[in-house]
Amino acid sequence: MERIPILKMGDYLLVSIQVDMHDRLALSLQDDLTDRIVKSQAKGVLIDISSLEVVDSFIGRMLGNIAAMSRILDANTIVVGMRPAVAITLVELGLSLKGVSTALNVEKGMSLLEQQTAKRKVIGNGRNGL
Amino acid sequence: MVATGCETVPLRSGEDVVIARQVVRRWALETGFSLVDQTKVVTAASELARNTVTHGAGGKLTIEGLQNGHRKGLRLIFEDQGPGIPDVNRALQDGYTTGTGLGLGLGGSKRLASEFEVRTQVGQGTQVIFTRWKG
Repeated sequence: MERIPILKMGDYLLVSIQVDMHDRLALSLQDDLTDRIVKSQAKGVLIDISSLEVVDSFIGRMLGNIAAMSRILDANTIVVGMRPAVAITLVELGLSLKGVSTALNVEKGMSLLEQQTAKRKVIGNGRNGL
Repeated sequence: MVATGCETVPLRSGEDVVIARQVVRRWALETGFSLVDQTKVVTAASELARNTVTHGAGGKLTIEGLQNGHRKGLRLIFEDQGPGIPDVNRALQDGYTTGTGLGLGLGGSKRLASEFEVRTQVGQGTQVIFTRWKG
């Protein structure tokens, strides 16, 4: 079955969505990612959507779910690379992606993840997810 | 107003929704829509095509190129013979869903349209007509 690859880099998981996903593929990514967060004890997830020409309510919901699930599993999620036309359309559609952290590109997303992880180490055992 | 061409896409599965997005994108490009407008039309097509598959038990999409004087546009007609929508006004409200979605599909798509019409009869089916004009 078709799958979106999940790469591990240090404490983080990287996902770059390069294909026009049908709904089942989006759901399997959601499941695979939560699995991998637990197995790899990742501290963060970076999702690159710069190739996506369309983010509809289903994909938007998937991004929100991943962010919420990873938060519960003690990892931060950052969505990077959203195209301006996609952002405009999402807001008009009525989807503001509440609870999803974003950054303009992979580089900025990574440094944001590192900052968040460093902050949590200072606080202690990562119970700042609230 | 004249129709300058048309194409039909079957909507039976999740894969068909992906194909519908791609075909609508091609039409939006050919109509000369800006990138933002292309994105809006394709996003609405995705929402409405999914509705046809999940709520309407499948159906079809007809895409029409439109010309009104110098103005160009695109009309998307989603048709199914499913259960119909008992309360259209309620279905158009954000957050109202009978499925597992966010309830943004119908109302959200209406906001992305220049003209939007829902024709439905309980037990007969539903027709959603989405029109977007260029510019």
